[in-house]
Amino acid sequence: MAALSIRALSKRYANLEVLKGIDLDIESGEFTVLVGPSGCGKSTLLNIVAGLDHASAGTVEIGGRVVNDVPPKDRDIAMVFQSYALYPSMTVRQNITFGMECRGVAKAEQEKALANVARLLQIEPLLGRKPSQLSGGQRQRVAMGRALVRDPLLFLFDEPLSNLDAKLRVEMRMEIKRLHQRIGATIIYVTHDQIEAMTMATRIAVMHRGVVQQFADPDTVYRYPANLFVARFMGSPPMNTVPARLEADAGGPVVVIGAGRPDEVRLRLRGYDAAAPYVGREVVFGIRPECIAEGERVFSGEAPIIVNAPVEMVEPTGAETIVLLRLGGEPAQARISPDVRPAPGEVAPFALDTRRICLFDPETERLIA
Amino acid sequence: MRDRSFASSRILIYLIVSLVAAAWLAPLAVVVLNSLRTNEEIAQGSMIGWPQHLAWSNYAAAWSGFCVAETCAGIRPYMLNSALVTIPATIFSTLLGAVAGYAISLWRFRGDSWIYGIVTLGIFLPQQMRLLPWTIVLRDTGLMNTLTGLVLIHTIQGLSFTVLFCRNYYVAIPQELIRAARIDGAGFFRIFWRIILPLSPPILVVTVIWQFTHIWNEFLYGVTFTTGQQQPVTAALIALSAAVADIPQHGVQSAAVMIAALPTLLIYLIGGKYFVRGLTAGAVK
Repeated sequence: MAALSIRALSKRYANLEVLKGIDLDIESGEFTVLVGPSGCGKSTLLNIVAGLDHASAGTVEIGGRVVNDVPPKDRDIAMVFQSYALYPSMTVRQNITFGMECRGVAKAEQEKALANVARLLQIEPLLGRKPSQLSGGQRQRVAMGRALVRDPLLFLFDEPLSNLDAKLRVEMRMEIKRLHQRIGATIIYVTHDQIEAMTMATRIAVMHRGVVQQFADPDTVYRYPANLFVARFMGSPPMNTVPARLEADAGGPVVVIGAGRPDEVRLRLRGYDAAAPYVGREVVFGIRPECIAEGERVFSGEAPIIVNAPVEMVEPTGAETIVLLRLGGEPAQARISPDVRPAPGEVAPFALDTRRICLFDPETERLIA
Repeated sequence: MRDRSFASSRILIYLIVSLVAAAWLAPLAVVVLNSLRTNEEIAQGSMIGWPQHLAWSNYAAAWSGFCVAETCAGIRPYMLNSALVTIPATIFSTLLGAVAGYAISLWRFRGDSWIYGIVTLGIFLPQQMRLLPWTIVLRDTGLMNTLTGLVLIHTIQGLSFTVLFCRNYYVAIPQELIRAARIDGAGFFRIFWRIILPLSPPILVVTVIWQFTHIWNEFLYGVTFTTGQQQPVTAALIALSAAVADIPQHGVQSAAVMIAALPTLLIYLIGGKYFVRGLTAGAVK
């Protein structure tokens, strides 16, 4: 059963169209991440699902019921906010039971639900404290407890980790994922952090300018980005996208970067039949930084394709070395072994993994193959 | 050298501050001193002078014996009138201001900023300008020359300030708190009662002090819309000085002024530090 169905949803503020015809179907038990840069409409979409904002057109169905005119409290949802939104004058216990109190749940039942959630989130020792006496991570946990205690059809998370420091964010990320695996809840999670999206989601909806650019599982989004925006947004460092030309010879299609230059790069493609109509035309060539490595690297046993390229800058991160280089004159980033440190200015050999290249139409910016 | 110039500038500052303070306190000092002098003593000497012996009887007379407007019960009944106007009007205007400020700041609705603008416009309207409209309202509601009428006036006029204070305080409360409570199933008044009001004591103290002082000290409406037994103490004090026009009773009058000023002085002494703190402090962190 679809836990959430969104049909032709749009939202307009005066002259500004924030959401333009959103269609999404989210299955029960899925962990869906809405990801996009700020201003892409993801939080507005979440607020409309929650009932905190109204759609200009279209429908929202939760658990098979159209909820457009249903107030937030009757939508069978729970929400975790970026600022946690804990009630400052209430204790942790009161914060968690306030919703049940509003709905008139019997005291004994409240206590039981509270005890369950407190155990699940390991916040039993905090129940008597006020939010001001909690650390950021503890507040985050209490905010989740307030949502979990409701046992709703749908959990909505609005950038819940962005107020935490980097270390805690990684910890809580894992904790939320573990929680999802344990209780199998349906979660819709809004974030601008593509790493959160990649690590937690079962499906990602990448949003930009009020439109869902791609809605697919993380591997598909990463491997086959639907368009240039998705390719550049997902992944850190992002996918290299450089203008190129598609040619063909007896052996099949060849991508040429920097055609006519002395350092032009020619890469033979295998298995890119969909690109055939683009032979003889301009394309955008996309390659992930991890598909450009030091010259000695062997990608899955095939004879490596070696390109000699000038190195502009080197960024050692410890786990790997990021190299800014020129590919046929175009800037590109490579992810090489941490112990390989080419000097800036030198021309070094790089191995390319051409099996995972993406080609985009320069006009429509859509993925060709 | 440097120390000496520092010290002398200090002395100068203290000198100026003391002079200003003395100028401000002089009228109070005259009233306090006269309230403790007998009438004869004042008549023989001047208005300014130390009491030769403390005439506490002035206070007793002012409180319950003196004749005002043909009734000889002192200012006690008028103090009661003032309390019966000030206390309910302070409570009503503060509570209404809090609810209205909460609605305007945290429940954005169409035209909310217009309503806020119109309500606070009342701050800038001169009191005299509102006399005529209130005359019509009191006449039509039958509340002319009643304490209830004054409560009504002060409650409504007070809203301009109480809404301003409360709205500016609540606007710092994060919207997400309201959203979370709405999802939890709480409505407008439950959110106000359980979440917003517990955060409000600082601004409520400020508002209560402000309202109490202003309503207690208010004179124009009191003297215009009430007569005789219905007057608040500020208006009655004038009647008191009129009644004694033939033989000046400065001692008793001063004592009456002191008694009339006491409630607001007490409120300020008790809540003054909250007042200053509340006006300058940010709302919710």
